[in-house]
Amino acid sequence: MAKLIHGWEVVIGLEIHCQLNTQSKIFSGSSTSFGAEPNTHASLIDLALPGVLPVLNREVVNKAIRLGLGIDAEIGRASVFARKNYFYPDLPKGYQISQMDHPIVGKGHVDITLADGTVKRIGVTRAHLEEDAGKSLHEDFAGMTGIDLNRAGTPLLEIVSEPDMRSTEEALAYVRAMHGLVRWLGISDGNMAEGSFRCDCNVSVRQVGDEYGTRCELKNINSFRFIERAIDAEVERQIDLIESGGRVIQATRLYDSVKNETRSMRSKEEANDYRYFPDPDLLPVVITDAQIEQIRSELPELPEARKARFSSQYALSAYDAHVLTGSRELADFFEATVNAAGGDSQAKPAANWVMGDLLGALNKAEADIIDSPVTPQQLGGMIARIVDNTISGKIAKQVFAEMMTGSGQSADQIISEKGLKQETDTGAIETIIREVLAANPAMVEDVKGGKEKAFNGLVGQVMKASRGKANPAQVNELMKKLLAD
Amino acid sequence: MSDLHLLSLGEQIHGLARGQFSSVELTQHYLARITALDSHLNSFITVTPDSALQQAAAADQCRADGQAHALTGIPIAQKDIFCTQGVKTSCGSKMLNNFIAPYNATVVEKINSAGLVMLGKTNMDEFAMGSSNENSFYGAVKNPWALDRVPGGSSGGAAAAVAADFAPLATGTDTGGSIRQPASFCGLTGLKPTYGRVSRFGMIAYASSLDQGGPMARDAFGCAQLLQVMAGHDSKDSTSVDQPVDDYIGGLNQSLTGLRIGVPKQYFADGLDTEVKAKIEAALQQLETLGATLVEINLSTTDAAIPAYYLIAPAEASSNLSRYDGVRYGYRCADPKDLTDLYMRSRSEGFGTEVQRRILIGTYALSAGYYDAYYLKAQKVRRLIQQDFLKAFEQCDVIAGPTAPTTAYTLGAKQDPVSMYLGDIYTIAVNLAGLPAISAPCGFDADRLPIGLQLIGNYWREAQLLNITHQYQQQTDWHSQRAPLAYKQEA
Repeated sequence: MAKLIHGWEVVIGLEIHCQLNTQSKIFSGSSTSFGAEPNTHASLIDLALPGVLPVLNREVVNKAIRLGLGIDAEIGRASVFARKNYFYPDLPKGYQISQMDHPIVGKGHVDITLADGTVKRIGVTRAHLEEDAGKSLHEDFAGMTGIDLNRAGTPLLEIVSEPDMRSTEEALAYVRAMHGLVRWLGISDGNMAEGSFRCDCNVSVRQVGDEYGTRCELKNINSFRFIERAIDAEVERQIDLIESGGRVIQATRLYDSVKNETRSMRSKEEANDYRYFPDPDLLPVVITDAQIEQIRSELPELPEARKARFSSQYALSAYDAHVLTGSRELADFFEATVNAAGGDSQAKPAANWVMGDLLGALNKAEADIIDSPVTPQQLGGMIARIVDNTISGKIAKQVFAEMMTGSGQSADQIISEKGLKQETDTGAIETIIREVLAANPAMVEDVKGGKEKAFNGLVGQVMKASRGKANPAQVNELMKKLLAD
Repeated sequence: MSDLHLLSLGEQIHGLARGQFSSVELTQHYLARITALDSHLNSFITVTPDSALQQAAAADQCRADGQAHALTGIPIAQKDIFCTQGVKTSCGSKMLNNFIAPYNATVVEKINSAGLVMLGKTNMDEFAMGSSNENSFYGAVKNPWALDRVPGGSSGGAAAAVAADFAPLATGTDTGGSIRQPASFCGLTGLKPTYGRVSRFGMIAYASSLDQGGPMARDAFGCAQLLQVMAGHDSKDSTSVDQPVDDYIGGLNQSLTGLRIGVPKQYFADGLDTEVKAKIEAALQQLETLGATLVEINLSTTDAAIPAYYLIAPAEASSNLSRYDGVRYGYRCADPKDLTDLYMRSRSEGFGTEVQRRILIGTYALSAGYYDAYYLKAQKVRRLIQQDFLKAFEQCDVIAGPTAPTTAYTLGAKQDPVSMYLGDIYTIAVNLAGLPAISAPCGFDADRLPIGLQLIGNYWREAQLLNITHQYQQQTDWHSQRAPLAYKQEA
C-alpha cells in the first residue's frame, strides 16, 4: 500500500544504468576492467581518432537478451543504434552511441515483494544498449581537468521503468529486485561502488486521483541508502514547495549526500538538444527466433519461478522462499545443502541453518554467501548427523562454529576428533541419571511434589554431566521412568 | 629512361616484371617529376620520398624473391583522407594539419601489402566537402589540362596527380561524386564501388552512409588492378559487406553483345552543356557499335537527389566532425578561457568556411522540431531514389550518361555554393542509392578540356562496369591522351 503524506501520493519511475560484465567494450576490443591506470584501456577507437569505426560486441547483445527474457519482455528484432550528440571532454566522439527509437528490449515487468508480503508488478518500459562515457578528473591537476577514457565505451544497459512506484519502499524494492536479477542472470556484477549499477530517479507528487505532477530527475545515485534518502528528500522538497504556494519546475537535480538535499543541475529549458539520429556506422541488430531460443535455453531458473518451486517442493513459507532466493548463489547453496542433508525432507532444518546461523554469521562478517567458509556439503553433512541422532542440535552449534573457522573438515571429522558423538547408550545415560538423582534429593522431592521446573533442572544436570552429549529425548524419557520407580 | 611516366600501367607492369627497370627507378622518376612540376598544380599535401624509396627497394627485393603481386613496385598516390601510419593525415584541413596518424587505414594496409609504393598524400577539399578542390587548407589544385581550371573535387589532388603523370594510380573517395567528377574533369577513369565493397576503416568520415573509397587511373585496366587490391570485407567496418570479390582483371574481355544500356532522359535535359551532350551521345553510339542496345529510361527522382544529399550528408558530417574538439589531437586554439571557448575557437579557427557551412546545415537538419521535416524526409526521398534505380535496372543492365554537366570550370568561378552543388546532379543519386559507377574519358570540348562518360551499374557489378569501359577503351584513345603538363620534363 502506498504511503500517503498529507494526502500526497508519490510517483516514482527509475532509470537504471547497468554495466554489462563483458571482457571487452561494446564497440572496441579494449578491456573493461576497473581501476587501471588512466587511459591504458583506451584504444584508437575509444580515443575517437579520425577514421576509426565501431564494431558491435555480440556478447553485449546476448546479455541484453538475457535481461529481456528475465523480465518477460519483447525482444527488439531489429534494434537500431543512434547517436546522441553533445560536446563534453570525456565524450571523445562528441556523441554517445545509444538506442532511441528501436531499443533491444521492449515492454516487460518485474514483481517486487514488499515488507508486508504483498507482491506488486512494476512495468519496465524498455531497456537499451549504450556506451559509457569517460571520466573527467577535476581534482588531480591544478587549474586543469584530466580525462580518463578507460571507461569510455564500457557497455551499459539502461533499464527504464514505468512510473509505477508509489513510495520510496517500492522504489527500493524495485531497485533491489533488478539488482538481484542482473546478478542472477549473470549479466552484471552489480557493483554499485564501482559504478556498475547506478540509478536515475524520476520523482513527482500529486493529490490522489490527479494527473501526474511535474517530475524532477535525480541523477546518478549509486547506493541503496542514497536512493532512499534522495527520494525522501526530493519528495519532502516538492510537497513543501507546493504547499507553500510554489510550483515544481521540471529539472535534472543532483543529490548531495552530505547536506541530504537535492539541488538543481539544469532545467528543461537548458537541456541539450541531442539531435538523435541512426548511427550510419552500425547496422541494425537483427535477432532471430533461434538466437532467442538458444539464450532462453541457457537461462538459469528465474527468481520468481524458483521462489514458487521452493514453496511447493520444500514446503517452505513464503518468507523463507523469498529470503533463500535473494540471490542465485544463495538459492544454489540452499539446494545443495538440502541434498547433502539427505533430500527434500530435510529442507526445513536446512532452511533454518542457512537463514539463521549461516547468514547471521556471514552478515556479522559483512560477507556474502559466495564467501562462506562452510560449504553446502559440510552444512548438509552436519544436518544429516542431527537427523540420525549422532549429535544434538546444541552440539551442532559447536560443530558449525568449528566449520566457520574454515578448517574445511566434515561434520563427521569434527564430531570424531572432538568426541562430540551423542550418548545414546541407555545404560550409560541411566548411570548418569542415577548419579544426578542421588546427588540432588531435594530436587527429586520437588519433582515428586509436582514442580515441573525441578524436572527440567535435573535434565539440565544430566546434560551437563554428559557434557551435552546425552541424547536429550532419551534423557527425558529415562528420567521420567526412573523417577516413577 | 626519361619517359617512364608515359608508359601505360600495363607497360609498367611488364617492364618491372621483365626487369627493364626497377621500382626504385620508377619511383625516383615520379618523385623527380613531383619535385619539379607540382608547384604548377599543388596536387600533393605531403610527399614521402624516403619511405617511397624504401618501399620501392623492398618491392624490388620482393620481385627478386619471386613474391611479387601484379602491382608490386608500382607507385601510387594516397588521398590525404586515408590514415597512413607515421605520416601526416590532414584531410585537407587546418584542423588536422598537425595530425600524424598512428595507424593505417585498411585500404592503405592492403595497398602496402600488395607492394605498391606510396609517393605521398594528395590534396583534397577539406574533409572531402567540395567539388572543385578549392576548399583545401593547403590551397586550390589546378587542372593539368588548363592551369586556370579546377581539377574537380573532392579528390582533385589525386586526379591532377594522375593526369599530370605524377603517379600512375591514385586512391580517391566518393561521397557525392568525388572520384567520378574529378576523373571527368581531368580525363581519367575513376570508379566509385558499391557501398560496402571497400573498407571505410581509417578513411576519415565525411558522410558515413555515402562515403566509399575507390581507384583512379588512366584506364579501366588500372582501375581493375587497383580495385582488386582495395576491395574486400573488413571486420573493422560494420558496413563493409562480406561478399566475394570478383576477378576484375579476368573479367575485362567480355563481349558487349546484348548489353542493354539505359539512357535516362533526365540526364540530357536542361543544364547539360551542349558539347558535353554531343560527346556523350557519340560515346553511346560507339557502345552500340560494340553490340550494346540503348533503352530510354525514366529516373523521375533525379531532381530530388541534390536536396536530399545536401541534408543527409551534412547531417552525418555534423556528427562525424564533432570529434574535432581541440581536446585530444588536432588544432587547438591558443589560450582558451574555458571549455566553451576551447570548443568554439578551436572549431571556428580549425575548420574552413564550407565545412562550417555543412556542419551548421546538418545540425539544423537534425534539431528537435526540424528532424522530421528535413532529415527524415530526405531519408524517405533516398529510398525513393533507390527504388527508382532498381526499377530502371529491370529494363537495362547499366545506366549511361554524363558524369558532370560541364567540363572543368575556371578557378573561383563558382562563388555561390549552391551553383557548385548543382554540378553534382548526375553523380549524387548514385551515392544515395549505394550503387557502383564509373567515369571514363569520352572526348574533349573546344577548349580541349576532357569530358567524362558515366556508367552506373547494379549492386556489386563493378566487374561489368570495368569491362564495358575497357571494351570502349579498346576502340578509343581518349584515355591515353595526355595533358600538356605530362610532356613537361623535370628540370
